[in-house]
Amino acid sequence: MSEETVAAAASNDASPTPPSFSVEVKSVSRVFRDSYGNGVTALDNVSLSVRKGEFVSLIGPSGCGKTTLLRLIAGLDSPQEGEVLVEGNPVTGTSHERGYVFQQANLFPWETVEENIAFGLKARGVYDQYRDDVAEYIEMAGLKGFERTYPHQISGGMAQRASLARALINRPKALLLDEPLGALDSFTRMDLQEKLLELWQKFSATVILVTHDIDEAVYLSDRIVIMTPRPGKISELLDADYPRPRNRSSARFVELRNRVLEKFHLAGAESQAEYAI
Amino acid sequence: MKDRVWPALAVLSFALALVGNVSISSVRSLNETPYRVLVGIVILYMTGRCVLSFFSERIGAAVRFRARFLAALGAALFIWDILSTKTGIFPLPFFPGPVQIVEIAFVDRRELFRSTLYSLRLFTYGFVLGTILGVGTGILIGWYRQWRYWLFPVLRVCGIIPAVAWIPFGMAVFPSSFMTGVFMIAICSWFPVALTTANGIASIHRSYFEAARTLGANDRFILRHVAIPGTVPSIFTGISAATGLSFCTLIVSEMVGAEAGLGWYINWAKGWSVYSKVYAAIIVMALLFSAVLALLGLVRSVLLVWQSGLTNEEGSASI
Repeated sequence: MSEETVAAAASNDASPTPPSFSVEVKSVSRVFRDSYGNGVTALDNVSLSVRKGEFVSLIGPSGCGKTTLLRLIAGLDSPQEGEVLVEGNPVTGTSHERGYVFQQANLFPWETVEENIAFGLKARGVYDQYRDDVAEYIEMAGLKGFERTYPHQISGGMAQRASLARALINRPKALLLDEPLGALDSFTRMDLQEKLLELWQKFSATVILVTHDIDEAVYLSDRIVIMTPRPGKISELLDADYPRPRNRSSARFVELRNRVLEKFHLAGAESQAEYAI
Repeated sequence: MKDRVWPALAVLSFALALVGNVSISSVRSLNETPYRVLVGIVILYMTGRCVLSFFSERIGAAVRFRARFLAALGAALFIWDILSTKTGIFPLPFFPGPVQIVEIAFVDRRELFRSTLYSLRLFTYGFVLGTILGVGTGILIGWYRQWRYWLFPVLRVCGIIPAVAWIPFGMAVFPSSFMTGVFMIAICSWFPVALTTANGIASIHRSYFEAARTLGANDRFILRHVAIPGTVPSIFTGISAATGLSFCTLIVSEMVGAEAGLGWYINWAKGWSVYSKVYAAIIVMALLFSAVLALLGLVRSVLLVWQSGLTNEEGSASI
């Protein structure tokens, strides 16, 4: 057992618990095999280190392994080689402390908005203790008055906000976002980007966001990870740590955006790029 | 104005059936009062609904929707009455008129009522038992790998055997024909419900299970809050397949070796060549089974309230 693991174990017992997780991806490879036995290398020897409380975006064209990487960190999948460490502990499965938001809101259709948001508390058996949180998170997601509606009765943006609230009610120390805004129209999307920043600052959790929207990555992140496909690997890491609130038309923003685009071209990804949404 | 024509014609066509019956004399002397009273009640009911449709748009829409069909039904009743009781063109005893059927149903109402209750009781016991076993088996097969390994082949092989093939087995094993009937209806409803329940769990999208896991749910919680609620629509698909099979099995099982029930009643009436009783029992059966389906539809719409507006309800053939 490494020193880090011991330290993390100790800090779990001692109060106060760390507000956010660090994430360490060490030489991870993941190969998927189809039914004919042909392998597709989704991730090839990928390493990445995310600091506590950092907002990192994974960006790249389809098939670059960005979702695969996120699923490994979530514990929804495991690598064939290498390991993923969260606060120094190897990831062996899912945890409510690593919240995950899916591309499609993925709310349970048989539960009301309120039941969906309370799901995590009930699943962990702490519903009685944190019952009052539910109303608070509904309010925070701007869903007051929609508590008793079912997911198919609300809009895509509302569903995605509910999905975010559902993950946040567990007070995750890392929030893993798999293109949560990908399916939304641009107004709803900008609105939710603001919401996301606001929540990130409030909860101070580590955020890892998968996206194929360059503007979104530049607007939100501290750091941008550019990935390329076949085999999936990290081609570039860019710092984007200029002060918030950011202005989408400022010289700084445009310059950074152009730098990301340039890196994309250098990485030879222009033909599959999906940033023109 | 046009909206009122068909509802009015519907009432008039039943009135025609009544007037035709009263004014034309029958070939043989019969007690025609029960039939006339029944048609009279129908006319009063329809007239009442027409009046109410002036006040309630919902009733109005229902009245207009059914009007053309009911107009045709009244006309058909009139023609049937003429061809049978009034002229004797339809040969007796095989093709009695509506008058004879209603008369015999009225005269024999006690026996018919008793048989209906017997059938309903047998059906309820067997169907409820079969559905519970089916849902249980389906969950075991759909959720637990070990159970699937052992149970699925049994389900596949036993399930496709028509339940009536078990009659000799049932009669040998169970002390009464009632229990044999329960057993047969239970196995014929068990199979489709178990199969669709298991398939329903298997076809729930993986992302729901993943979402539940990332939210901190363990396997037991996922079973109760994702797998089972997610398969309820499939359970009802199985139940609607099971109702048809169960009705069939119910009647067949009552025809062999039972002492009561609608199936027994039909068989008994056939023995005496009283075909009007056979038809009366068939009509009661139609009403009974429709009521059962309506009740199941109600339960379904309550349990699947989260689907309302999500599915193409117009297209579904609910009764």
